[in-house]
Amino acid sequence: MQINRRTALLGAAAIGVAGTRHARAAKNYGPGVTDTEIKIGQTMPYSGNASAYGVAGRTQAAFFRMINDQGGINGRKINFISLDDGYSPPKTVELTRQLVERDQVLLMFYSLGTQTNTAIHKYMNQKKVPQLFVATGASKWGNPKAYPWTMGWSPDYHTEGAIHARAILEAVPDAKIGILRQNDDMGNDYLDGIKEGLGADGWKRVVADATYEVTDPTVDSQILQLRNAGVNAFLNVSTPKFAAQAIKKAAEIGWKPKHHLMSVSASVGAVLRPAGFENAQGIVTAQYAKDVSDPAWANAPDYKEWKAFMDKWNPTINPFEGSSVTGYASAVTLVHVLTQCGDDLTRENVMKQAASMHQLAIPMLLPGIKLNTSPTDYYPIQSVQLARFETDHWVLFGELQSRDVA
Amino acid sequence: MDFFVQQIAAGLTSGAIYACVALGLVMIYVSTDHINFAQGEMAMFATYLAWAMIDAGLPYWIAFGLTVAVAFAGGLFIQRVVLKPLENAPVLALVVCFIALLSIFNALAGMIWSYTIKQFPSPFPARDVFGNGLVSVQQLGVVAVTLVMLGLLTVFFRYTTLGLAMRAAAQNATSARLMGVRVSWMLALGWGLAAAIGAIAGMLVAPIVFLDPNMMTGILVYGFAGALVGGIGNPLGAVAGGFIVGVLENLVGSYVIGNELKLTFALIVVVGVLLLKPAGIFGRVIVKRV
Repeated sequence: MQINRRTALLGAAAIGVAGTRHARAAKNYGPGVTDTEIKIGQTMPYSGNASAYGVAGRTQAAFFRMINDQGGINGRKINFISLDDGYSPPKTVELTRQLVERDQVLLMFYSLGTQTNTAIHKYMNQKKVPQLFVATGASKWGNPKAYPWTMGWSPDYHTEGAIHARAILEAVPDAKIGILRQNDDMGNDYLDGIKEGLGADGWKRVVADATYEVTDPTVDSQILQLRNAGVNAFLNVSTPKFAAQAIKKAAEIGWKPKHHLMSVSASVGAVLRPAGFENAQGIVTAQYAKDVSDPAWANAPDYKEWKAFMDKWNPTINPFEGSSVTGYASAVTLVHVLTQCGDDLTRENVMKQAASMHQLAIPMLLPGIKLNTSPTDYYPIQSVQLARFETDHWVLFGELQSRDVA
Repeated sequence: MDFFVQQIAAGLTSGAIYACVALGLVMIYVSTDHINFAQGEMAMFATYLAWAMIDAGLPYWIAFGLTVAVAFAGGLFIQRVVLKPLENAPVLALVVCFIALLSIFNALAGMIWSYTIKQFPSPFPARDVFGNGLVSVQQLGVVAVTLVMLGLLTVFFRYTTLGLAMRAAAQNATSARLMGVRVSWMLALGWGLAAAIGAIAGMLVAPIVFLDPNMMTGILVYGFAGALVGGIGNPLGAVAGGFIVGVLENLVGSYVIGNELKLTFALIVVVGVLLLKPAGIFGRVIVKRV
């Protein structure tokens, strides 16, 4: 057991005040932890542009209420403080500082957004506070050498881009590839993955790389550019609203390329239904979590458990909004890590446990997907499976695919 | 060549959207001398009302009419309740108030209807006019409705006593009052009309960009650009400005600077116009006697 100066000082102070603390020397607590409570912080866009993702935070709050109702983690209740940063980095910085310095949380969990997490990346690592399972697919979170206190969760955009690129090369031998992507970190990250997946020869097949800004009202003009370039394999790296517009516009102008859609926008309820199922037939995406609109899962034990949780603890959320599944599965992952910590609830041990997941199965992820981490591998989920949209749901096909990051 | 024509057609459609929003902005500016930052969110909220009515089973046109009426009443109500007490307040207080309205409507819509996008039905069939994917009936419809609204507004402001009274109330409240114009109610009427125009714009835009609480945020910026380019005090100019911005943005984006700088381009156009011709391309320079 490792006792640093801070905990030793805290312990000494506690002995001075209470006099009884030394009797429990086996317990080792970091900030935010007592015999009865673990304090966890989060920033989440409950308002503003990205508020659709707020569903994840609400689902996690409901999940921790359920865990507390069942007795908590090793007898400690979770005190989950999730604050609204409106997806605005300066606000994220302010709220994170408040959570770390005033509320003294043990760790930050599943804070959402690439720019927002980037804004606190250095701060969290200087302060040595776990920035755990950040809710963004950027590839930069898995860098334990430079940032040992930050870890991602979902498959990163780089991995996904590479897998889509390889799939296109296989499926369309004479591919003329066109890319539509958001002009930001996410789009660039994805593009790097696509480049890697295509290789130098494959990259020559890219005939158009169109970008849009989040402020653009529509992507109509970009879709016309892609069709005009003769694209027959379309990699759609756009966020939900723009993805729906692209699917609809492509159908309107009678353009039918092989269409690959990034997982962020693969929600049946939030994207494909508004875009029109008839326009979405045959689109391919990559999944790592179970699509709840797929009747194939109706009898899976983890689906039933999730559904029961949603009905009882989270009834105000539409279960078909995608983020409720990922929010749930990530919360299960955190509970696993905290349970593993036992009575050694220091920030150091949290990171140590988070970095020693071995073949961990988490409910609501696709069968066969296991979480693996090590002190040099900070990417918990790295496998996805391709799925094709048929009638009104995704149908999985092919093998699980991974991209290994050493 | 085909591509060029297509980009112009797509530009005209987005231009029509900007023009619609610009019209609402001009409406409030002409009748109250202010720029309403909440115009877009009010339009979005009205569109949600229409969506809720259609979702509840009302036929499209009845929902359309009801929404325009409700929006008119809502605009009137906001002016009476929220802005009336601020009639003599400094401009900054009003700006703060507009921004507050913006975030209130945005958050309310999100709270009531959630943030996931919704499909909004279009009164126009999703058919091609020429059968070559160039112009859809939907696009043509948006342009047509915008032009009709423009015509009605022009007639209203230029040829009716009420329109004249509203313009007078906005430009010189004291003189208007002395002439027997009920200035305060003219302002309220302006708000009602602007909200109604906004509702129509929202319902035209929603089938194209999909309905969500942030539907108007991006569009409003381009709407401003359109209104400023054409002249914020001139309905005809605002509509022309909207079309100009829409088409230029597409052409410049496709051929010259790439898609990344489209918004920047729109803003540069605004700055350029304001520098060279502050009243806008079609605007008349108004000299106020002090």
